[in-house]
Amino acid sequence: MGYKIILFIFKDEVNLLSMKDELLRLENVGKDFNGNQVLKDVSFTLEEGKILGLVGENGAGKSTLMNILFGMNVIAETGGYEGNIYLNGEKVEFDNPVEALNAGIGMVHQEFSLIPGFTVAENVLLNMEITKSSVISKILGKRLETVDLPKIRKSAASVIDTLGVQLGTDTLVSEVPVGYKQFIEIAREIRREKVKLIILDEPTAVLTESEAEILLKSMRRLADSGVSIIFISHRLREITSICDSIVVLRDGAVVVERPTKDVSVHQIAKWMVGRDVDKEENKAVKSFNTINKEDVIFETKNLWVDMPGEVVKDLSLKVYRGEILGIGGLAGQGKLGIPNGIMGLFEAGGEIYFENKPIPLNNTFEVLKNGLAFVSEDRRGVGLLLDEPIDWNIGFNAMQVHNRFIKSYLGGIIKWRDDKAMRKCAQDYIKALEIKCTGERQLARNLSGGNQQKVCLAKAFAMNPKLLFVSEPTRGIDVGAKELVLDALRKYNKENGTTIVIVSSELEELRSISDRVVVVCEGKVFGILPPDADATDFGLLMSGECQINEEGEKVWLR
Amino acid sequence: MVAIKEFVKKFGWPRIIIALFLLSLFVIAPFFGVRVDTSFNDVITRFGMNAIMVLSMVPMIQSGCGLNFGIPVGLIAGMIGAVVSLELNLAGFAGILMAFLIGIAIAAVFGFFYGLLLNRVKGDEMIIATYVGFSFVFFMNMMWLVLPFRNPASVQGFKGEGLRVTISVENYWFHQISNFLKIDISNYLTIPTGMILIFAVMSLIVWGFFKTKTGTAITAVGSNPDYARASGISIDKMRIISVMLSTMIAAVGMIVYEQSFGFIQMYNSPLAFSFPSVAAVLLGGASVNKASIGNVIIGTLLFQGILTMTPSVINSAINIDISEIIRIIVSNGMIVYALTRKGRR
Amino acid sequence: MNYDKRKMGRLLTGSAVPVLFLVISIIAIPLSQFSGIYLADQIVTRLVRNSFLVLSLLLPIMAGMGINFGMTLGAMAGQIGLIFINDWGVGGAWGLMLAALVSTPIAIVLGYFGGVVLNRAKGREMITSMMLGLFISGIYQFFLLYVCGSLINFKNPGMLLSRGYGVRNALNLATAKGFDNLWMIRIGSASEGVNIPLGTFMIIGLLCLFTFWFRKTKLGHDMRAVGLEMNVSDSAGINVEKTRIQSIVISTVLACYGQIIYLQNIGTLNTYNGADQAALFAAASLLVGGATVARATIPNAIIGTILFHLMFIVMPMAGKYITGQAMIGEYFRMFISYGVVTTALILHSWKRQKDKDMDRRMLRLDTGGKNNVK
Repeated sequence: MGYKIILFIFKDEVNLLSMKDELLRLENVGKDFNGNQVLKDVSFTLEEGKILGLVGENGAGKSTLMNILFGMNVIAETGGYEGNIYLNGEKVEFDNPVEALNAGIGMVHQEFSLIPGFTVAENVLLNMEITKSSVISKILGKRLETVDLPKIRKSAASVIDTLGVQLGTDTLVSEVPVGYKQFIEIAREIRREKVKLIILDEPTAVLTESEAEILLKSMRRLADSGVSIIFISHRLREITSICDSIVVLRDGAVVVERPTKDVSVHQIAKWMVGRDVDKEENKAVKSFNTINKEDVIFETKNLWVDMPGEVVKDLSLKVYRGEILGIGGLAGQGKLGIPNGIMGLFEAGGEIYFENKPIPLNNTFEVLKNGLAFVSEDRRGVGLLLDEPIDWNIGFNAMQVHNRFIKSYLGGIIKWRDDKAMRKCAQDYIKALEIKCTGERQLARNLSGGNQQKVCLAKAFAMNPKLLFVSEPTRGIDVGAKELVLDALRKYNKENGTTIVIVSSELEELRSISDRVVVVCEGKVFGILPPDADATDFGLLMSGECQINEEGEKVWLR
Repeated sequence: MVAIKEFVKKFGWPRIIIALFLLSLFVIAPFFGVRVDTSFNDVITRFGMNAIMVLSMVPMIQSGCGLNFGIPVGLIAGMIGAVVSLELNLAGFAGILMAFLIGIAIAAVFGFFYGLLLNRVKGDEMIIATYVGFSFVFFMNMMWLVLPFRNPASVQGFKGEGLRVTISVENYWFHQISNFLKIDISNYLTIPTGMILIFAVMSLIVWGFFKTKTGTAITAVGSNPDYARASGISIDKMRIISVMLSTMIAAVGMIVYEQSFGFIQMYNSPLAFSFPSVAAVLLGGASVNKASIGNVIIGTLLFQGILTMTPSVINSAINIDISEIIRIIVSNGMIVYALTRKGRR
Repeated sequence: MNYDKRKMGRLLTGSAVPVLFLVISIIAIPLSQFSGIYLADQIVTRLVRNSFLVLSLLLPIMAGMGINFGMTLGAMAGQIGLIFINDWGVGGAWGLMLAALVSTPIAIVLGYFGGVVLNRAKGREMITSMMLGLFISGIYQFFLLYVCGSLINFKNPGMLLSRGYGVRNALNLATAKGFDNLWMIRIGSASEGVNIPLGTFMIIGLLCLFTFWFRKTKLGHDMRAVGLEMNVSDSAGINVEKTRIQSIVISTVLACYGQIIYLQNIGTLNTYNGADQAALFAAASLLVGGATVARATIPNAIIGTILFHLMFIVMPMAGKYITGQAMIGEYFRMFISYGVVTTALILHSWKRQKDKDMDRRMLRLDTGGKNNVK
């Protein structure tokens, strides 16, 4: 009772105290990319010495939010952001990463920013080396000061110590095991004198459980020493075990912001993926096709694919003729590796069967010849010949693999390109898919994203495939064009009976078009759900909390 | 105004400057006592002599192997064809036909190995092509001395120790092609129709090749190798085919040059053709990974035009021999300019 | 264990080429019928002449720009300096210092230009620097052939061509042996001995010290970083463009001094084509010493110069005595010179491709695309 009275008397002081501890505050932060509202009304706070977990699906807006916080150029170049950010009570607005660094914010990105040929110590102090001045440097400038390697080693060693890890400062980074590379970058960030906040973007994605343990322990030590941390991860267990508070982003908005005490993994999964009940009715979430489980058009057993960033470890899957099969999962979990590996673009192993006939892996030509086709997620890099006209782009594969648009002379020795037929084919597809262009001779480079994607689809359609893999079909396309692309796929499946396997990070998209949805996690199939299954189940599969076995029962992993 | 800007952007200032320069040379020529018809004659002849070698650049550029600084490999195949034909003592049409056949056959073999090498060094093709060209020339220098050639017209010294530095083809097939269907317009102007025809034939072959299924695939490989791979095409195989084609065309080009010039130049001479041929195709509008036959024609005309006109006109005008320097500056400058243009994506 | 194996492996591949050259030379020396003392004298001469030039290639390699074939730009700057000094009639060591002073700004400007051009040709620095060298050579020849003696007045008409302007093809330098004579010692008798120009060697020694010191400076450290990983260095805030340009400028200035040292030892200047082979021979020497296109040290430079020139001297005579043909040895040594560079370039490119594949497996790629949210 007395306790409460004291608190009441000192209420203002208590408030001031908690405000004094507040390090970061976001108020109504939003970002719009060319009419596409990627973040809206994001607000949360973070106190000194606390760890905040940031959770969300792909495309939820996590990366954009971090880019805004860190002052990445891409934000300023595309019109800045809305809302306010306060650091220690003062309003801040960073135009470039250097300003953010000087204000005390550090970020450890997902790609390693390390020089393999330098030692650990040299990497930790990269471009922040301790130097000794000399006679010459006094005349000719600071850049000619001598680098003081012993002091650098000492400084690096002491920082690494605060993280509680064992790392030899003279080891070449190329020889440091992957699980420890993380620490070098973190050490680099926290060594900065003014560091107040560190953003860690999926640091545990490539770590084993035990390596992740070590990292989490260091994070706690770091936070206890006064540095705040924003921790982005999809491993929900880690979030609940180490974070003080949690923010869940969904479709660019904050769905939940609260302390992690008493929050279960289930709940996080649901917040991450679930949609409001009334919104769910708007999406057509019913099966389109009746599936004949006897007619397996494609099967893969124990597939592994070495695609950097999307490794597939041991995947077995059956695809039924005529269905639209969706493959989903979080980024980096392996779903993109599946079609890329099967089509021979990355090294793969295991077995694949098409119409019950085994096909060799690592042989793009064979797979194409057998009647499979692929629309890659890398539209500009793999999907298009940017400097060639539309008709070339559409007709090329069909020409090379199936000898379409070819006039044979001299008994097949001379295969002459039939330009007229190619143009006609392109014109037909331009009409059918409503591709906006100045004509079939326009260079692919000059089309908009959505129209480029339609050209890629046309290229696949022109091959008359029996099975079509489509990877991230609506990535980078504006909302209007998205539906058109999905409609084109539905139509093609309906009219031609072509089996379609669609790989996408957008769960809603998959649920609106697929007959079944496969969830891939850690390079394996964690479960297959009907499109109208409970959102929480999808969330749990995607974050690797459980698997669904052949009988449809949940198997808990953690 | 916009159209002019687009034109300038597409062609680049260096090319426009050079074209205007050449035009002005032709205009002021008569004022300095240089006969226009002689100039014309020289330009057309030199065009015929060099165009096929410039044409040989196209397949390798299209397949993404870059500028073929290693053209000496093909030129040497042509030289081998020529001296072996002399060794067999064949004259006239038979002689030059044999030279072509042997040259092309050897070029195919050379081209195959050269292509294998280039496949191992993707990304550094140009510098390695240059040095392979150099090394090969010096290697063959030793061979020219050691290989057992006997024809007294070819070998030097009394004991026949190795081939001469320049071997005359006067008695064999001098002007064999140049004189074919030639048109004499005046005392100073003769059109070597034969050379133009053979260039046309070679161009037709190249044009036709790129209209076939394989040729289309090669263009895609040069345009975007990842795209080509995703279409099931073997990039390595396409590159080797393009290298072999380039080498064989270069061999033919060397022999055509020799029959017009009247001499087979041995030893270090192939080196003199690398940079001019590259510069010519670039001058005609090609880039490091895209070239057309139009580029070859325009480029060779411009380049040979400059080489012919500058000595005759400027030397007569200001009494200074500035031709050699201009050649060095123009050809090498053009190449540096092209190398500093941004790549495709 | 792994660490040792890697070091051993590198030691082996690093010494393969020098050992091969040593073997070739050892076989060829007795065949050439040169005396040991003659060879020793020749090697000392070649070392004095060339090591500075070879050392000038070290920095661009460290900065990741490969072999700086554009070092000819520096050599040409040095030659221009010497020509002017010759015209003004200043001889000896003072003349050389003055020549260095005059040519330094020229070398800096040319080096800066070269650096800017190479920054626009990232990924194909070597072919671009080679073509740039040829291009500037044309302008250099134009300058000497038409501008000197006409627009720029020359005091000494003996240096000009008979027509009244343009520098003569070959010049006897008043500054010949300027540095050599500062401190020359002779080992052996008057008729058969070895001259060792210690003065010049001290200057070369100074350069070695400079290179050694420079590597340890912040700028040198940055160059190494940029050479190893351009993108990472850029995101760490190192000014990549500026650092690369600086490496080329320093290299060009050093090549300029190197050419001055080379010419003072020879005593005559081949005005128009003297610098043509400078880059090739320097590169070949460095590579023969065990350097690669990505890594070169001072021992590589010194050992390489000795081995390369040993082969160069010995080959023609050896060839003549073996085959009876005078020219075979000449052609063979040119073939070897170019062949060494070709092989090194091929090996470097091959390794680069293998490393790229390895790196792809090390990097975690964010296929969601953190900046890709359009």
